[in-house]
Amino acid sequence: MTAVLERSGTPEHTPEGTSAEKRAPAAGTSRYVLVVAGLVLALALAGLASLALGSVRIPPGQVLDALTGRAGPSPYRTIVLDVRLPRVLLGVVVGAGLAVVGAVLQALVNNRLADPFLLGISSGASAGAVLVLVLGVGGGVTTTIALPGGAFAGALLALVLVYGLARRGGTMTGPRLVLAGVAVSYILSALTTLILAAAGRPEHFREALYWSLGGLGSARWDTLVLPVTVLALGIGLLLTLSRPLDLLLVGEEGATVLGLDTARFRAAVFVLVSLVTAVMVAASGAVGFIGLMAPHAARLAVGAPHRRLLPVAALGGAVALVLADLAARTVTAPQDLPVGVLTALIGGPFFLWLMRRRPEGTPL
Amino acid sequence: MTELRLHGLSYEDRLRSVDLTVGPGETVGLIGPNGSGKTTLLRCVYGTLAPTAGRATLDGDDLHALGPKARARRVATVPQDSATEFELTVRELVALGRSPHKRFWEGDTGADRERAGAALARVGLTELADRAYPTLSGGERQRALVARALVQDPALLVLDEPTNHLDIRHQLDVLRLVRELGTTNLLALHDLNLAGAYCDRLYVLEQGRVVTGGTPAEVLTPALLDAVYGVDAEVIPHPRTGSPTVVYLHGPAVGQKLSTM
Repeated sequence: MTAVLERSGTPEHTPEGTSAEKRAPAAGTSRYVLVVAGLVLALALAGLASLALGSVRIPPGQVLDALTGRAGPSPYRTIVLDVRLPRVLLGVVVGAGLAVVGAVLQALVNNRLADPFLLGISSGASAGAVLVLVLGVGGGVTTTIALPGGAFAGALLALVLVYGLARRGGTMTGPRLVLAGVAVSYILSALTTLILAAAGRPEHFREALYWSLGGLGSARWDTLVLPVTVLALGIGLLLTLSRPLDLLLVGEEGATVLGLDTARFRAAVFVLVSLVTAVMVAASGAVGFIGLMAPHAARLAVGAPHRRLLPVAALGGAVALVLADLAARTVTAPQDLPVGVLTALIGGPFFLWLMRRRPEGTPL
Repeated sequence: MTELRLHGLSYEDRLRSVDLTVGPGETVGLIGPNGSGKTTLLRCVYGTLAPTAGRATLDGDDLHALGPKARARRVATVPQDSATEFELTVRELVALGRSPHKRFWEGDTGADRERAGAALARVGLTELADRAYPTLSGGERQRALVARALVQDPALLVLDEPTNHLDIRHQLDVLRLVRELGTTNLLALHDLNLAGAYCDRLYVLEQGRVVTGGTPAEVLTPALLDAVYGVDAEVIPHPRTGSPTVVYLHGPAVGQKLSTM
């Protein structure tokens, strides 16, 4: 009878969502192609808008001329190619990376409130990066490796810490996961600020803001190489792991009886997502909520299986961050806002909505 | 044909040195009151618990030593915690049953999809195949999980209360289906009449020990029901099939609040 009682907690209800959620996402490839094409178009438009708009407005025709190499040397060309284009590309890469990491984290902890920022992984990466920065480890050129290296150590440490805290006693509940994440995230952000202040960096407030809220202002062609490489490898690798990721969606016991060594798989993927997060954070600071929102929207559009989900989540994250950065550069111009301010303004309410619309009986 | 043997299988103090055999092609039922160790025993067999002593062997291979993937190719089950908050469709969930037979990077082939479709038809869920799994009723979910176990193509099927949440027709359907598969089956069942009708042999667990085992007619006796469950009952042969049928005497039972259903 125990089994009957335990199991009767969740049956019979239908999540009270929109009709789009009740309907199973169409398996049809035509719909999938449509979604992908729509996102690619949106990304292209968002990118063009970002190249054209800003403190200096550049006519779209001139933007295209610069992109296609038809424009001769001019200030416009320099702004488009050397200032705005790397920034847009960094937005694409970081947005895609955070979205993919979010989607995978949600599967790993079987909770859709997971996000690299909310779980403290981004803060861990920031703290690690800042430590490397003030200690001057590697100095000079090798900073391009030492900084992400420090970020990686910090990210992995934070993730292991949060997961360990949330899992105490063998079971992991949603509230415990989110609370552990928030607490660890605060501790590590505080540490970041402390390190910067203690090092006597003249700009430490601005720097602390950058590391804890993110910004794409530091984008340059040469700093793009690592994020692009890591993103491409990360997405490629995670796509090959679609099946085991799908298995995690049916719960710990379900995955085990279908042949997945969950502990080993989770540990391996933790390392991978920490690496991707770290490289993104090293390039842009800790931008929040993209990893929460993009996967969720992508799931509504194309369903939960990862082979379909990850590319769509990546594109969605890219569009979201490019647009957010455009807004961050323009709404309070000439002042740049940290882009994380805007993603939090939208992502925070989104988080609350996700939390509230959980059907009765579903754990947080 | 596959044979399951448990040799002195123990798990902490919940399971104490259980010996049990399920012969090739046999359907064996585990019965016993709540907390008697049925689920623990099944978990040690399908591998989510590691026995603290003793062994479970499938055709001589130690199931625990096999590792999850090799084990999942030979043993299928319907686990209890299949709650998910992500909305796989029923078809996607059932198709995951092919996983143990695939390399991790392989997608589903046409043959896999056909197999999933056939399994859905066998449990009567074809029409719900493209619905999101969490929107199904408890009974429909249970049938979907049975379909997933079918596409796993196992030699041994281990089911913990497979009739849970099902109305009587689907209870009978699922048990008939399990018997028709030709697999070796080990089931935990609460309903003693279903156990008596569908199992070749029964084992009775009490406080982690096997108290008796044998054919349903040998095991299901008023004396045993009184001793193990503390209920007063008559056991009569079914008028048409002759399988032992338990008829409970209602009214104040022997000082215990347990009831079997």
